[in-house]
Amino acid sequence: MKRRNILQWAAAAVVTMSTGAMAQANDIKIGAVLSVTGPAAFLGEPELKTLQLYVERINAAGGVLGRKLALVHYDDGSEASKANSFAKRLLESDKVDIVIGGTTTGATMAMAPLVEKAQVPFISLAGGVVIVDPVKKWVFKTPHTDRMAAEKVFADMKKNGITKVGLLSETSGFGQSGRKETLAVAPKYGIEIVADETYGPKDSDVTAQLTKIKGVPGVQALFVFGLGQGPAVVTKNVAQLGIKLPHYQSHGVASDEYLKLAGAAADGVRLPSPALLIADALPASDAQKAVVTGYFKAYKERFKEDPSTFGGYAQDALALAVDAIKRAGSTDGEKVRAALEQTKGFVGVTGVFSLSAADHMGLDLSAFRLLEVKKGDWVLVP
Amino acid sequence: MSSFLQFLFSGVTIGATYALAALGFSIIYNASGVINFAQGEFIMLGGMAAVVLVGLGLPLPVAVALAVLAVALVGLLVEKFAIEPAKNAEVVTLIIITIGSSLFIRGLVQVVLGKGSHALPAFSSDRPIEVGGATLLPQSLWALGVTLVIVVALAWFFTRTLQGKAMLATSHNKLAAQLMGINTKTILLASFGLSAALGALGGILVAPITGASYDVGIMLGLKGFVAATLGGLGSGAGAIVGGLLLGIFEAMTAGYISSAYKDAAPFVLILLVLFFMPRGLFGAKVTERV
Repeated sequence: MKRRNILQWAAAAVVTMSTGAMAQANDIKIGAVLSVTGPAAFLGEPELKTLQLYVERINAAGGVLGRKLALVHYDDGSEASKANSFAKRLLESDKVDIVIGGTTTGATMAMAPLVEKAQVPFISLAGGVVIVDPVKKWVFKTPHTDRMAAEKVFADMKKNGITKVGLLSETSGFGQSGRKETLAVAPKYGIEIVADETYGPKDSDVTAQLTKIKGVPGVQALFVFGLGQGPAVVTKNVAQLGIKLPHYQSHGVASDEYLKLAGAAADGVRLPSPALLIADALPASDAQKAVVTGYFKAYKERFKEDPSTFGGYAQDALALAVDAIKRAGSTDGEKVRAALEQTKGFVGVTGVFSLSAADHMGLDLSAFRLLEVKKGDWVLVP
Repeated sequence: MSSFLQFLFSGVTIGATYALAALGFSIIYNASGVINFAQGEFIMLGGMAAVVLVGLGLPLPVAVALAVLAVALVGLLVEKFAIEPAKNAEVVTLIIITIGSSLFIRGLVQVVLGKGSHALPAFSSDRPIEVGGATLLPQSLWALGVTLVIVVALAWFFTRTLQGKAMLATSHNKLAAQLMGINTKTILLASFGLSAALGALGGILVAPITGASYDVGIMLGLKGFVAATLGGLGSGAGAIVGGLLLGIFEAMTAGYISSAYKDAAPFVLILLVLFFMPRGLFGAKVTERV
């Protein structure tokens, strides 16, 4: 009796396994390693949700080249070393056709040598400049970089004749990466950083730093690089001290949460923002309008929450991959890689991608919109 | 001069939040010798609860009162279900239990109320008060004022009431206190409720300045502990002086040296103080029998 039970189970298992394998034999395998848990979960979770949502949608619409997409994903728990071993598993046992992921720059860099060796196209979802500079043959990425955010701000400063800037950056990873890129890119726009101060992400008061920046002779504008509630405290302190300098923030505060936290004090603040956050405010003539509102609606309908920029990176990675596979007419690694590199004017959620052999990200400063806060709402600065 | 004043105000604002956190540490330490690392979470819970209640449309004073009560209840629950079952364990074990409780509370809030930051309206006006060219937010005065009131009330409680004296007696010698007819179980329970309520009040007072989110407790708890140690664990006045000193020292470092050293400077101060005065500035002179 017992024995027959086991045999039945075994038989059932063999049958399901083989049908599973049969269903997948002809599928296009998309491999993903994302940080769905751990400290980077706020990035990885919307990325995974987006991939699952769009794989379903693409399959429901008939798949790609008449084949279905199959998503194979692993959670690295925000640890780069795990990302490395999962990448190995994707390449060696799952034999995926393309790899998406590396939620963080660390995870991406841990995966990069493996995909280079296996010669499989790899699209990263992390922000670091090091991923595509210098260019690695098989490695691409979709997010814009912190450097581009700084450049967008500096371009506007230059237009307004500002050359001496006080920088106030957060001691978090985001703030410090931003500070590094800001300092590196400032000379290119003829901008001099005359004050370089920092604050902690949970500080309740930064008037000391602001008073110091205000006292620097010749300072013409304030640039704050931070994430979350810290910049809101800074904004309120700026109003408290009555500082009238033009006030710029980074893309780290491009969320409605900032408006809520900083309140009236945020009036007049300028910042670079991805198009997704102002999907409704985009003019109908905007190239990204349709893609951005489409993604916004699809995500919101399915998950009952507003999508984040991070999910947008994943949507772009998948869309770029699918587009490249279609143009290549096959899933052959080298052909897909070459097609990716030839992507021109591809409209995504993050921006308009035009890749080349020398540029594996393909975004320019137009991926960021310059916004100004007016009466508690975002307004596009032309 | 006006910038010195501004640095001072900045320090006082930061220091008041540290002082409030430090007070909570002192109460539980007084009652049990335990350093309650969930204190920061009580502070966070206070701010978050007030935000939720105000969001439900309750007037601010009602929301504040309800939030303090709710968090006091959480404090009692933590004692009842986490500390009490291990009552005969070493103090170190109890401290580790409080760390576990803090992780649990933080995780729960993260799941239930989300990871976002929330704003709470200021108690009175948002308009900064100008003094000698420097400015201060009314909310900072609220935080400072309430802290002072609490210290006076606590001093009275610990030295003039039977319950307060019983709490102190329990901390000095639990067995002797028990023999004197003090119900040490209730004392410990009450100390958790009291310090949770105080922490919640602190969290509500600073929420209009910093905003409230599930993870503010970590930093406030840590700095509050440092302030308490600096002032002398178990001393109410020490908690206030330690907190303010820490805040002002941070602000002065940021203002006159560089904000890059802001977080390092207080630790140098603490090392110095503890080196010369191991029990903190106001710590009781206690000799341990070996």
